Amino acid sequence: MVAVDEVSFDVAEGEIFGLIGPNGAGKTTTMECVEGLRTPDRGAISIFGIDPFRDVSALQSRIGIQLQQAQLQKRIKVWEALDLWASLYPSAVDGHRLLEQLGLADKRNAWFMTLSGGQKQRLFIALALINDPELLFLDELTTGLDPQARRAIWDLVRDIRARGKTVFMTTHLMEEAERLCDRVAIIEHGRVIDVGSPQELVRRHCPERTVVLATDDQRAGEHLEAIPHLERITSVDSQFTIYGRGEGFVTAVIHCLSENQIHVTDFRTVLPNLEDVFLKITGHSIRD
Amino acid sequence: MLRGLWKLTWLEIKIFLREPMGAFGSIVLPVLVFLVVGRVAGGRIMPTPSSIAGRGVFAFLGAGLPVLVTILIALNGVTSLVTIISIYREGGILKRLRATPMRPLTILTAHVLVKLLLSVVTLALMMLAGKRYYPVDIHVPVLGFTLALLISTWSILSMGFVIASIVPTARFAQPLGTAILYPMIGVSGLFVPIHSLPPVLQTVARLTPLTYAVSLLQGIWKGESWSAHWSDVVALVAVFVICSALSSKVFRWE
Repeated sequence: MVAVDEVSFDVAEGEIFGLIGPNGAGKTTTMECVEGLRTPDRGAISIFGIDPFRDVSALQSRIGIQLQQAQLQKRIKVWEALDLWASLYPSAVDGHRLLEQLGLADKRNAWFMTLSGGQKQRLFIALALINDPELLFLDELTTGLDPQARRAIWDLVRDIRARGKTVFMTTHLMEEAERLCDRVAIIEHGRVIDVGSPQELVRRHCPERTVVLATDDQRAGEHLEAIPHLERITSVDSQFTIYGRGEGFVTAVIHCLSENQIHVTDFRTVLPNLEDVFLKITGHSIRD
Repeated sequence: MLRGLWKLTWLEIKIFLREPMGAFGSIVLPVLVFLVVGRVAGGRIMPTPSSIAGRGVFAFLGAGLPVLVTILIALNGVTSLVTIISIYREGGILKRLRATPMRPLTILTAHVLVKLLLSVVTLALMMLAGKRYYPVDIHVPVLGFTLALLISTWSILSMGFVIASIVPTARFAQPLGTAILYPMIGVSGLFVPIHSLPPVLQTVARLTPLTYAVSLLQGIWKGESWSAHWSDVVALVAVFVICSALSSKVFRWE
């Protein structure tokens, strides 16, 4: 069975690059091929100019990997895991400082089985960073975490980028991709559909703009109908929802309001996000 | 090549001792059972110190029992090795280790070292405890027997490498290991001398690593020279080399 086909993208140094798509789209398979853990039937992969299947050992000292659904020995202590990992690489950073940076310093003597989900993920990040890698792989990093732990992990990933490292991550959470990734590749059924920054993708695929406003002015409906690039208007009581397209649409709405001196009591725009992009280009929601 | 081996071995020893039943189940309990059995059977063994070199049941009690205990501990080592590796595989621990420069042989070797250490400790305790029930004039070449024990156990455990490398789930591991290894005891020469077996079984016996382990252990226990058993050692080392090579080829991380 072919899980991944026609996947092509570049990750630039110092960015957070996200591979996004629903579960089963081929994100992990793609990532494992890049990490050198899985050998693709055909195609070419190059990281720092290294072919991961030819020379996985040259690659391993320069990358850090966090895997989806990995575990450690139940009764291994946090510091012992870091100590073991450190001994596997030619050079390693100070494990104790790493634990401090990741907020695990007071857990260094705790058994792995006693850690919470968020603490386990932070330990796995620590293990991935022990060899001071240039490139970090994060596979579904925050799946199963509560929103608070998720936010804390996002901050950590931003810190990692701030230290000059490149991050290649997968996620099925569009919010995570939008908040964290500099660029994303949308993957579905083993194919990359599009690559770009979240904003670019939204602009490219969802040019629609929606403005919601409330006004008591009786003339409002008539004036709003005349806005250029307008697609349709719906109104409920005194609230109008105005659909249009193009970059200038919101400005055109504001212009219309001020020119006709329409008094508004509420005004907001509804911007499309990656979730809408996904719906638009695949025809179904990412949650389906 | 075996980077991280000592660290992992030491770690696995510590982790083992943290298991609720770890040290008790695999060291204390066997020794206790041995003591109880020794106490019950002791009366019958004690009065006949001179018959050690003789035939029949006393010969078995002389060299047979220690060798049987050794083999059983080694086989128990195999099943627990196979079980622990498959638990690590199912739990995703192997998967995580795979993403590091650690090699499969390092992981297997670390667990074998832990098992060897346990075997030696258990057997040493048994021999100390057994002194009370065995005739005092037994002169066992302790160092030689320890060496024979290490070689035999290492070789037997390497068969566990291969099973551990491929067995899919932990539930499968224990029965599979038992089904493959325990029948080997029957033809190993421990209960029935090999030359009195039917020809087909004699061939099977010659292909079974356990036979060489039994021959070596029994010989050294009785005080025979190493030169009389060099072919056993060669066979056991060959088994180890073949099994190690095979398991690093077929090792499954997930």
